[in-house]
Amino acid sequence: MLALSRWKIILVLASALFGLIFTLPNVLPDSALQAMPSWLPHDRLSLGLDLRGGSYLLMEVDTDALNKERLTNLTEDVRTKLRVAQINFSNLGLQGQVVQVQITDPAQYDQAYKLLSSQIGGALIGGGRDTTVRQTPGETIQIAYVPQAAKEAAEDAVTRSIEIIRKRIDALGATNPSITRQGANRIVIEAPGESDPERLKAVIGKTAKLTFQLVDTTLSPDDLKAGRIPPDDQILPSDEPGHEYFVVKRRAMVDGGMLTNAANSHDENSLPDIAFAFNGVGAQRFAEATSENVGKPFAIVIDNRVISAPTIRGPIPGGSGEITGDFSEESAHDLALVLKTGALPAPLNMIEQHTVGAELGADAVKAGQISILIGAALIFIFIILAYGLFGGFAAVALVVNGLLIVGMMSLFHATLTLPGVAGLVLTLAVAVDANVLIYERMRDEVRSGRPAMAAADAGFSRALTTIIDANVTTVVAAVIMFNLGAGPVKGFALTLLIGVLTSVFTAVLITQVLIGWWFRAFKAKKLPIV
Amino acid sequence: MWPLIKILPTKTHVPFVSLARVFATLSILAVIATGVGVFYPGVNLGIDFKGGTVLEFNTGSRPADLARVREAVNGLNLGDVQVQRFGADNDAVVRFQTPTAAAAGAVADNVKGVITKALGQVTFSRMDVVGPEVSGELEGKGLLALFTAVGLMLIYIWFRFELQFGLGAVVALFHDLILSFGLILLLRLEFSLNLIAALLTIIGYSMNDTVVVFDRLRENRRKYKRMPLRELIDLSVNETLTRTVITGLTALLALSGLAIFGGESLRPLSIVLLFGIVIGTYSSIYVASPIILLWGARRDDEPAKPIGPQPASIVSRP
Repeated sequence: MLALSRWKIILVLASALFGLIFTLPNVLPDSALQAMPSWLPHDRLSLGLDLRGGSYLLMEVDTDALNKERLTNLTEDVRTKLRVAQINFSNLGLQGQVVQVQITDPAQYDQAYKLLSSQIGGALIGGGRDTTVRQTPGETIQIAYVPQAAKEAAEDAVTRSIEIIRKRIDALGATNPSITRQGANRIVIEAPGESDPERLKAVIGKTAKLTFQLVDTTLSPDDLKAGRIPPDDQILPSDEPGHEYFVVKRRAMVDGGMLTNAANSHDENSLPDIAFAFNGVGAQRFAEATSENVGKPFAIVIDNRVISAPTIRGPIPGGSGEITGDFSEESAHDLALVLKTGALPAPLNMIEQHTVGAELGADAVKAGQISILIGAALIFIFIILAYGLFGGFAAVALVVNGLLIVGMMSLFHATLTLPGVAGLVLTLAVAVDANVLIYERMRDEVRSGRPAMAAADAGFSRALTTIIDANVTTVVAAVIMFNLGAGPVKGFALTLLIGVLTSVFTAVLITQVLIGWWFRAFKAKKLPIV
Repeated sequence: MWPLIKILPTKTHVPFVSLARVFATLSILAVIATGVGVFYPGVNLGIDFKGGTVLEFNTGSRPADLARVREAVNGLNLGDVQVQRFGADNDAVVRFQTPTAAAAGAVADNVKGVITKALGQVTFSRMDVVGPEVSGELEGKGLLALFTAVGLMLIYIWFRFELQFGLGAVVALFHDLILSFGLILLLRLEFSLNLIAALLTIIGYSMNDTVVVFDRLRENRRKYKRMPLRELIDLSVNETLTRTVITGLTALLALSGLAIFGGESLRPLSIVLLFGIVIGTYSSIYVASPIILLWGARRDDEPAKPIGPQPASIVSRP
């Protein structure tokens, strides 16, 4: 094995060179990096949020709320279809997950069934219709979504939510955010840097469902106290000073889906407000609704909270207007931003959050650097003390190993996390183990009477099986950890995995070439470790 | 006198096997102690597994007055609130439970508010919120990962060696896992995903160490066909002793840097890893090999049978 074949030397030099040029960007200052020719790699190790500071948010699409909304819409759809066809019905409502309706005139029963089977619901992406319509005893009809429909709706909601979140984050000006889907109904948002996580969360998590609803002024305070409100009214909490809640008509005059623009601006008193504009249909409806209800108050509702309830002074024909409320500059800006980017298809719930301040991250980087340097220095000293010149060879292999790990991680854009630093340190020890196994084997071989060169050769070839056997176990552990999934642990696993692979390579091959070269140069008759 | 390797005796004759009974007793006692420890004082689950919020803050040049923080936060009626120093005098963490992660933001804002009110200007350097949905999943995933790891190791060892070896290795593995967990209980470390990673790494290291000894054992068994198993084990452990010591020391040196300078958040991980390396080395010698002896390894030249009449034979006769 110690015969220095040309490919071995080339491989060793190439790997060292590879490690060096890919590691270089990590140690050069910015100015030097920019001055480097463009064909050289410029990618640096990407640091995890725990090292550079930033926020990690895991949001879950509220599928229950989505489902409820879809069933409500389905119910309203049935109502409209039957009304248009002039079919009389009663007892329309939800029975669990099923919409049920009773047809009053038995003569119309079959007609109603045909109408609903052909016109209710839509097509599935996978083929077929998304609803089933069944005739049940007592002239009733039941309509339900097929299970696949809920899945597709959730998937669609996640896809649209990701688009909307991306727009919102971009508008907020966060640097290099990453937004990815996780599993069926989750979204991971990673935003590095100093961005305020609470603001980020507020902007991302706001459903931003805007509606304009008429305020019901006909109710007496006594009715309200007794809870006697008409079925087409609802009570909404309010942000308007002096009103804890408003009773409003359930049916919205206009909703935010018809907005074309929203921007933060100022009212006549220079207080922050939000200017908005509707599209054609929205403008027409808004004009109609305002002209029919002059003198009445209407509520501007965002996510089921009344922001303000101004009185309609006259018809508003142009389709644009202003929302006033108890805003600060920042909240007006953020609200305009979420209104403009549109409402999320379903509420998003934050289920996990990790935020690390940039300063803490910088401290962690420093601590990591110090512990790696000290760990490496201790290993160097120890291994050289223990094995002398051969220990020095192992140390050289270790340096190349370090370069290779950092180089490969930079190349593959692998993320180094704080536990990853621990993985790196541990890798150094594992790398040394391979050399120790080889050297101890050499000593055994010398003891059993082989000459130096043959002993060294046998040391490499016979230790190799043990080295591979022993490292497979670490690889298995690392792969399992990687699949465990959570960010920082993933970083640890990845570092360990890359480290084990490069360690076996450097510990076996580089020391081999160095020792082969040493035999040739010094015509050694005796190993320095015996 | 340099390199040091020359001073080390080239051939050691430590009668490892004859001490096995003493150490087996110690190991069993430690395992039992860990079992008791699971119930009392119990596992200190971190928010990764039980959900909740952790807020870390720094008070700058003044030391953090924990009593005042405790008083202020307790005023919010959040249930079980822990306030602890975190490394330096001016660093502290507050841990509390929140019913859902969605509500955690508002609760955390309140907590931040009262802390700032109690202490004046502070910097909130870290906040972790884990909702109950996620923590349940993580717990399941973590346990699954540990069991998968152990299972795969068994299969690998079985494949590479023989069943008896695999059994010895896996008993050693459980021994290491249990005792490392015992250390986590003893030091009241917060059981987190990081520590699951540490345990998985210990599984890897412990196996690594065991495999090296087993490799030598297998080789010697072919070489000295007539040697009794007990002596074979002693010989193999002694022959690999230098490697065991040097590798172990290297790993300990490397990790000690991490434990001392790596900062507060890596300390539990590095302490558990340090312990795992010591215990992984110990178990290769004192758990894995004696189990083979107890079970009896099949020799190529003789039928499979336990060496010696009963389990007590792990202790060499005088």
